[in-house]
This record gives sequence, structure tokens and C-alpha cells, in this order.
Amino acid sequence: MAALQLEKQRGRYAALAIAAVVIVVGIPLWWKTTETYRAWLPFSEISKLDSLQLQLSVDAEVVFSRGTLTPEQQKNVPLSTVREKEHVVDDKTGLRYTYETKYRTATIMEEDALNQPTAAEADLSLHMLTESSCGSVVVYVIPESSSLLPEDVKVYVGQRRTALLRYSPVQGLWSLKEVLSNLDPQMEQVLNTMSFSHQDIIAALSDRVRMAKVTKDSMADSMRAIKYSPGYEITFSLLNPDPKSHNLHWDIEGALHSYIQPLLNKLSPIANFSVDSQILNYAILGVNPRFDNSVSAYTLSADSLSHVINPVEARLGSNAASLNPVLNFLLYVPDAHHSPLFIRDHAKREVPSNAFHSPRWGGIMVYNVNEMYGPEAELPVDININMAKVMGVFLAQLRLLLGVQHTHPPPGFVLQSPGSAGLADWELDRLLWSRSVEKIATASNTITSLAQLLNQIGNIVINDNIAQQVSSAITSLQFAVAELEAGNLAFALQYSREAILASERAFFDPSLLHLLYFPDDQKFAIYIPLFLPMCVPIVLSLLKIVSEARKRQADKHAKND
Amino acid sequence: MAAHRCGLCFVFTLILSCFLARPCSCDTFEKISDNTEAEESVAGALREVNADDQNERQWQSTDVEMDRGDASKHSQSFTPAPAKDQFQEEMVIRPLHSGDIYASFQFRTLWDTDFLREGKKVSHYRLFPKSLGQVLSKFSVQELHISFTQGFWRTMQWGQPFIPSPPGAELWVWFHHTVTDVDGNWKELSNVLSGIFCASLNFIDSTNTGQPSASFKPLGLRNATDHRFLRYATLPREIVCTENLTPWKKLLPCGSKAGLAVLMKSEKLFHSSFHSQAVHIRPVCQDALCTNTAWELRQTLNVVFDLYTSGQGKKEWSLFKMFSRTLTEACPLASSSKVYVDITDNPEGELFELSPATPLLSQAVVLGDRRTYSVYDLTKAETFGQLRSLNLLLRWKGNSGDMLRPLLHAERYVAGFGLQTGEIHTVIYNNHPYRAFPVLLLDSVPWYLRLYIHTLEVTSKLRDNKPSYIHYQPSKDRQRPHLLEMLIQLPPHSMTEVTVQFERALLKWTEYTPDPNHGFYVGSSVVSALVPSVVAMDTNFTQQQPLFSSFFPVKEESSYFMRVYTEPLLVNLPTPDFSMPYNVICLTCTVVAVGYGSFYNLLTRTFQVDEPSPPLAKRLANFIRRIRGVPLLT
Repeated sequence: MAALQLEKQRGRYAALAIAAVVIVVGIPLWWKTTETYRAWLPFSEISKLDSLQLQLSVDAEVVFSRGTLTPEQQKNVPLSTVREKEHVVDDKTGLRYTYETKYRTATIMEEDALNQPTAAEADLSLHMLTESSCGSVVVYVIPESSSLLPEDVKVYVGQRRTALLRYSPVQGLWSLKEVLSNLDPQMEQVLNTMSFSHQDIIAALSDRVRMAKVTKDSMADSMRAIKYSPGYEITFSLLNPDPKSHNLHWDIEGALHSYIQPLLNKLSPIANFSVDSQILNYAILGVNPRFDNSVSAYTLSADSLSHVINPVEARLGSNAASLNPVLNFLLYVPDAHHSPLFIRDHAKREVPSNAFHSPRWGGIMVYNVNEMYGPEAELPVDININMAKVMGVFLAQLRLLLGVQHTHPPPGFVLQSPGSAGLADWELDRLLWSRSVEKIATASNTITSLAQLLNQIGNIVINDNIAQQVSSAITSLQFAVAELEAGNLAFALQYSREAILASERAFFDPSLLHLLYFPDDQKFAIYIPLFLPMCVPIVLSLLKIVSEARKRQADKHAKND
Repeated sequence: MAAHRCGLCFVFTLILSCFLARPCSCDTFEKISDNTEAEESVAGALREVNADDQNERQWQSTDVEMDRGDASKHSQSFTPAPAKDQFQEEMVIRPLHSGDIYASFQFRTLWDTDFLREGKKVSHYRLFPKSLGQVLSKFSVQELHISFTQGFWRTMQWGQPFIPSPPGAELWVWFHHTVTDVDGNWKELSNVLSGIFCASLNFIDSTNTGQPSASFKPLGLRNATDHRFLRYATLPREIVCTENLTPWKKLLPCGSKAGLAVLMKSEKLFHSSFHSQAVHIRPVCQDALCTNTAWELRQTLNVVFDLYTSGQGKKEWSLFKMFSRTLTEACPLASSSKVYVDITDNPEGELFELSPATPLLSQAVVLGDRRTYSVYDLTKAETFGQLRSLNLLLRWKGNSGDMLRPLLHAERYVAGFGLQTGEIHTVIYNNHPYRAFPVLLLDSVPWYLRLYIHTLEVTSKLRDNKPSYIHYQPSKDRQRPHLLEMLIQLPPHSMTEVTVQFERALLKWTEYTPDPNHGFYVGSSVVSALVPSVVAMDTNFTQQQPLFSSFFPVKEESSYFMRVYTEPLLVNLPTPDFSMPYNVICLTCTVVAVGYGSFYNLLTRTFQVDEPSPPLAKRLANFIRRIRGVPLLT
């Protein structure tokens, strides 16, 4: 009996020894050999990004010209005041606007500049005097009696970063403090126009915040604008569906040089643009225009516009040589049998520009040439296209598609038209504000969702370069937020651009898209033939040993009792 | 023992539990996909909103202050500047001796510009297709030749094609000498072209790319001919169909809407014995002095229709029969638009009858042979007659005579048996009665056929024929193919055979194509030669011609350049059973498990004396007794 007991004990020890070898050597070995490489990611900082607190600081300067303040008041002009506004957008996103306003009186040279006959000239000479930094606003307060502005105009916004504000003193001798607080509501309007309004910023955050708080207008603006990319291709195409009757010529090179290029030069801090053009013959629209007897012309209604593009799009051709998004601008010259052709909007009115645009795609303009030649003309007719007319339309469309927002000035405001540059400095600032915020929101979003994804899929390989991209995106993001806080718009834009590039590179890295991991059931299918027969005896004998040990314990207890 | 027996039934419970556990794993999987979905929806949030937007307000009219409008002021006194680009289109129809019809289209766009000039980007396109222009300037391409061919050109039956091409896809590119990373450019270029032409050119990689030293010289203007800047690749497996034709047609200025291209209906073009479409881009001289370069884009399409068998044995054809279309107009953008019909064999009209007849005749020396063509000029209204459409009709009267055998001809096959070794035979024929000429033979063989280059033998007329120039680049496994180039002198009226033995390599199991038992293709070998002209060979002096022109038999160009492609090869490689890895896993696991199991059993088994169990009859009796309640037997 004792021998049997000994034998059993030996068997038990053998089973335990094997189990121990499996657990101590086998499992770590298996674990080590099937491990996937996962580089370290700064998860704590990523989770900080998840709740975004943005602070936007605007430097404003208020310059009082002669005749607006009494000498008594001039002495007491405070250096600066800071006004703050806080908005809670949702539980993870907060916004704080800081307006730092500096006050001073005008210098002699500025006074001279303000004595120019018209506001536009004053604006130009003021611009010559000082170089204002990106994102800042200078407001000149001019006396009520000044002849610079027409009677009913309260505020004039120039082509640069300056505005002229007509000071209308209220009767009674008020203290300086009251004068300044009297200016405040007007200042706020000026700043909303020239830098950003809350609505713009909310619309820029639409990647993060999905809610109906945004007004339809700014939402439409932000949706019409093409998404951010480091570069854009702009393609102008001349569609000639009827080369038999029309021989079209367009001086696209000259037109681009004088109309489009100044705008693109101005926008160069935002992205790289490359422009090209082509002529497509026998390109037809997707719908047959209807003949309208009342105006004896063919018309395209707004409802059918969405069908226009498809057959043309097939011939436009994507840019084979780059991956940047393309903005298409088509000039369509209707064939002789279908002209003139007019576009009607939803209210069935004729569109004066005879053009329309599609969000994030481009624009089309219909250019009628039937009046340029008589019925006796010999076909094909040589036709020169008036590029000034065409480019005016395309420039407007390009501004819309690039996200230069329509500003709706409050009553009493006059906005100087941007002139040959196509874009005023303060319009560029507006664009930069909302673009920087948009980029920060998008990049932080991308990074957090990437981290989430990597957390959830345990056996995806994270290479070092991805970890590096993620951390560089995070540092750039932190810099961008800090620069916004400090009011350095240009730097904020640059950092946010770096952040978005790095985050997209990490997110779309091919090594993450690769199916480098197998589904669990397939893995088990491979493991089972080996693991099952090996583990079952070990587990069983361990169970048996445990149950025997328990039984012995119970027996002992029984004996003791 | 007990443990072992119980083990078996536990196997089943474990498997069961495994199945029970699986839903759980599925659950995590779903979560993952949920998450990625969330991901996408976050990333594409705006796009989604945009989709809503599309229903509502996709198209918006543009409001612009029209203050700049002074519209019709310009147009009255306008004379256009001379265009810097021009377009020509042309079709040649050649009745073949076999009764087939060979139709060859050529479209040429010439543009006086330079894509490779430093600092000035070409970005305003008129007739030249923008997509190709962008590719040229982005990758600094000096010269680009790409062809897609379905079917094999039968030189012995059909004679020489105007522009030869191998079956499948062929791409060769000369890069500009300023390019530093030629391989990178080549890789990217082939991918971009694959997108433009909807073809599988993305399968071009270093394993099928070669740099021939002599066979592919630039055809356009070029100073340097350093073959470091040349890349050549073929994909003999590529199947050409409608999806390749449509983008090709899109490159034409008139598309397929007007001109000769209206004939290109894919259901007819691909219902043919041979179909080949190509794009050739090269810089050429702008004028006779050649001070400036112009860029030439030549799009060619060659078809051979087998109308003899499909036409119920009647030997006649018409444009309508071939293309199910007739010609009604020239492309309005074309400066010339012509149809040529080869009537060389039919000077008196005794062989066939061509209608409508045309007074315009043209003579040209094509491929060393003087040919006569009827010309139909589509830019002239009278070509179309009263029906306003041109439907060429050709009716054969008699039997066509025998075709002159082509002077140069090559074929290739694989010999040998088994799956270990084999032998590639390339046979080149020189059918010229009295002139020997040299040919360049280019062979590009994939690495998985390991050539034994010491077995290379060249024999003509049963005698060893030593090549005067051999350029051989050995292959590297999974990196580059064998490249063999030889200059061989072909004796007159001879057959030259080039043989080389090879061994078939074993591939890794992921390297096999989806249908490995079909075999692996080896691209055509290329024979390039300056062939003595047929005109020069012509000793038939019975024709009416001035006496002073006919004493010496050598006239006009004494030789012409020709390229002949052989058949591609289909070689079987040793192919494993692809379920093998899993079988091996299972088998090894079972063996290990069995060994381990008995080992484990031996180690942990306890030996004890067991009482013999009662015999079966006794147990049965006891069982019945238990039911009955009677005391059991012992």
C-alpha cells in the first residue's frame, strides 16, 4: 500500500513538474514569440487633447485722432484693457476669447494720413506708416466732423488691417471711462467683422462638435469651402461642345497672371496652389436645356444643375501627377443650336452671372457667344473670349471655395472692396483664424481616434515612425494652442498645419491599414491541433491533484473532529 | 489510465467550450469594427453633412457684381494667333493576302513646347492631353512608348505591321538625363500610367524591368544615349479590353465624337484577330533647322479583322462591315484627315474592286517596299459624295497571289521535359536570297527561369555562329531578370537558332500567381534589325520605268529598320499543393501531440494491481438481478 502511495506521489510530482515547465518556460516563450511590436504612445497627453480648451487672443489698437478727446481725457488714456469672453461649446470643448485693446493718441504722421480727402487714400497712407502684424486690428477713431466718411457711415473697413471709426460723442461731459465704454459695442462689431465671430469659430469646430448651434449661413460657408490639404490643384477647363461652329480662343495665361495669381500669392501661407488649364472639345452637359419661348433662349433650371456635371467630369481627368484635391472651373460655351443658354435659380430668376458652383468641387460658367457673329458668318467662327468677365466670376467662386467667408457687415459699416489683390488683409486674417481653429480641431480629433483605435485592436503593430508622427503632432498641436493664446496667428497657423500633416500621416500610414493581424478564430484553428492535446492532460492531472488534496484535507478535518 | 480516458471526453468538452468562447471573441471583433466605423464617421463627419447638403443645396448660383462686363467689345476685330499645336489623323487599310483586313489608325498631336525646360512649367493645354503632359513634366520623361496588344501578329501570314508590338503590355521610357532617381521615377510613372490607362502596369517592378543596351534607342531628339536612363518592361499576361480603349480614346482631341475615331466601337474592335493600341511620345524637331523642339504624341491603333470566316466565305469588306459605322466628317480640329487604301497588288483593278473610286493616289516606301495607296481626304466635302457618308467597299474578284515571304521572321519555343530543366529555342529566319544582315536579339527572362548561360549556342546552317556582341546581365533572385542582348549576323537565306538551357526555380508559396498551374509567361524576345529593302531586291525589270534608273539594282533607301517580336512563352513551374502548409501544421502537431501524450502518460501513470473485472455474462446477470431486486451474484 505504501509502495502504491509512493508511486502515486511520484506521478503527482511528475505532473506538477511538467505543468511548472509549461507555465514557467512554455507560456512566456509563446508569448514572446507571438508578440507584436507596439511602440509607446503618449496616451496621457492624447487624453488631454480630448478635451480642448482654446483661447483666442486678438490684439487691437485704438488710436484717437485729434478732435475726439479733450486734452484732459488724453492725459488719462489708459494703456490697455483686456476683455474676456468665455463660451462652453460642449462638455469637451471650451472657447475663450481675449481681446487686448491698447489705446493711444494718433501721431503727427497718422494725423496727416487721416487728412487725406477719401477714406481709401487714408487707408493706403496709414498702411504705409506701420506694418501691422497678422491677426491684429487697428482702429482709428476720427471726429464726427471728419469728411473722410459719408454721413450715414459709422465704420469704414479698409483693405488692410485698419478701420476708421466715427466717434459720435453723446451730450454732456463724460469721463474718459464712459467714453471708452461707449466705444466698446462698436469695437466689438469691428472685431467681429475683421477677425472672427463666434459663429465662424463654431463652424470651424464642426469636425469636433456636431450640433445645430451653428447658423445655416456659416455652416454653408464652412461646408462649401474645400477641406484642408497642403496643396490644391486649380484647373480651368474650356468646354467647347461644338468645335465645328466655334473656334474658341482664350488668353488663359494672361488672365491667370492678372486675376488669379495675386489672390493665390496672398493665400500662399495657407497652402500651395498649382494652376493649369485645358480645352475640352465635344464636352457636353448632362442635361438638355429647355427652350423658353418667353425669353427665346434656352434655360437650365437650378434643379437640373446637379445632372450637368457627370458626363463632363469623366473627361476632366484627375491630376495624375499629384494627390492634392482639385478645384475645377469650367467655362461652357453652348453650341450654336442651343444658345443663348441661361441659368435660372430656385426662384426661376435668371442668374446675372450665368454661373453656378458646387461645394468643394468647383464652378461652371456659361458663356454665350451667339451674339458675336451673324447668321451669314462662315463656320467655324473665331471667337475670342473676354477673360475679364470670366475671371471675375471664377475669382468670386474661388474665394467661396477657399473659404473666404461672406461677411455681412452690421448697418453703418462700409467694407472697401479688396481690389486687385482679390483679398483684403483682414479677410485673410479671418480665414487664418478659422482655418487654424479648424486644423487644431481636426488634428486633435485624428490623434484621439487613432489612439482609440490602437487601444482597441490589441495586436496591431505600431511602428516607431507612427509613434514619432503622433508625438510630433501632439507637440505641434500644443504649440499651436499656445500661439493662439499668445495671439501669434501666423505661428499658430504654421504649427496647426504641421500638426494636421503629422496626424494624417500617422493615421493613414499603410502599416496600420495592412491586415497584419489574423482574426482570433483563425489563430485558434492553428493552435488547437497542438495546444489541445498537450494542455488537456496537464489540466486534468492538475485538477485531479487539487481534488485529491481537497479530499485529503477534508479527511484530516473529519479525523480531527 | 483513467486520466487518459477521461482526457478524450474532455477534449470534446474543451472544444465545446471553445465554441462557446467564440461568440465572445466575435464580440470583441464587432467592437473593433464599431470603433473603426466611429472613426470613419468622425473623420468624414463633414462629408456626411455635406451629403445632406448635396440634397439641399449642392448647386448654388454664383452672385457676382458684374461690373467688369464689357462683353462684345473684343470680339469684332479679332484675328487668332497661329496655333502652336496641330493634330493629324490617318487610317491605312491594307487587304492582307490571307483574306484578312489590316486597319491601322494613327493620330498625331504636335505641340511646339518643351516639357522639360527648366523653370517654366507647361500648364495650359489645348490639343495635347493634360494628363499625359503632367506626367511628362513631373517624371522628366524624355520619351515614352506604351502599347497594349491582344493577340499575336502573324508575320508569316500578314507581313510586317506598321508599328510592331508584343502581346500584352509593353512600356519603355527614356528619362531625362537630369533625373537622379531613375528607378523611383520609373516605379511611380508605371503606377500613374496604370491609372491613366486602366491597366495592370502597377505589376511592373524591378523583377521585370530591364535596361537594354542597344535594342531600344531613342526615336526622337536626344543628345545622350546612356542606357542608365532607359527602362523597359513587358507584361505578357496583360489582357487588353474595352476599359483600356476608353481612356485611350479620351486622349484624342475629338474623343470618339468626330473624325476617324468614330469607327472605334469596342465591340467590333475586340471582335478581331489582332488588336493593338499604343501611345508614343517623343520630342521632335520643330522645323527643318531644328532650333527648337516640339513634342509629338502619336496614338496608334492596329486591328486585323478576320472577315473571311465571319463573312460567310465571301471575300469582301466595307467600313460598315468592319466597324458598323461609316465616316461622315473629319475631326474639325485636325489639320489633315485621310484614309489610305493599299492598292499595290491591284494596279489594273483585276484583283479587287474598290468603291467609291478616288482619283487621288499616293506612293510611299513603307517597310522597304514601294506601295501605292488610294487616298480619301476627309477634309474635302466631295469625298463624302451625295450620301454625305463614306463607306469604302472592296470586293475581291480573283484569288490573291502568293505573298512575298517576309525577309525577317522569328519564332520561339520551349523544349525539354519534366519540371526541372528546359531549353529556350529562338529561331530567326533571314529570307533574303543573297544578303546577310546583322540583327540584335534581346531576351528578358524572369529570374525564376535560371539560365545556364554557358549553354548558349547560336547556330546557322548547322555551323556555329559566334555573336559579335553579347551583353548579359545575370538575374538576381526576386530582384531583377536576366537580360541577354546579342548581335548576330544572319547569313542569306538561312535559319539561325539560339538555344539556352534553364532550370526552373522553386518559388515561395506567396509568390505564385492565383492560377499557377496555367504556367508563367516569359515576355517576347525582340529582334531589331536594319533589313535590306525589298525595293533594292527587286530585279524584275519588266515594269515600265526610265532606263537610266534601272541599271544598278540598289535604289532609294537600301535598308530600313524593323523590329520583330516573337511569341511569349508559357512555362510551367513546379507547383506545390497550396493547402500544404496547413496540412503540415496539422500533421506535425498531431505527431508532437501523440509523442508528448505517451511520454506524459508514462511519466505520470501510477501502476497498481487491478482486480479482474467480472465476466460479461456475470455483469449482465447482476444487472438483471438488480432490476428485479434479487441479491447479486458475487
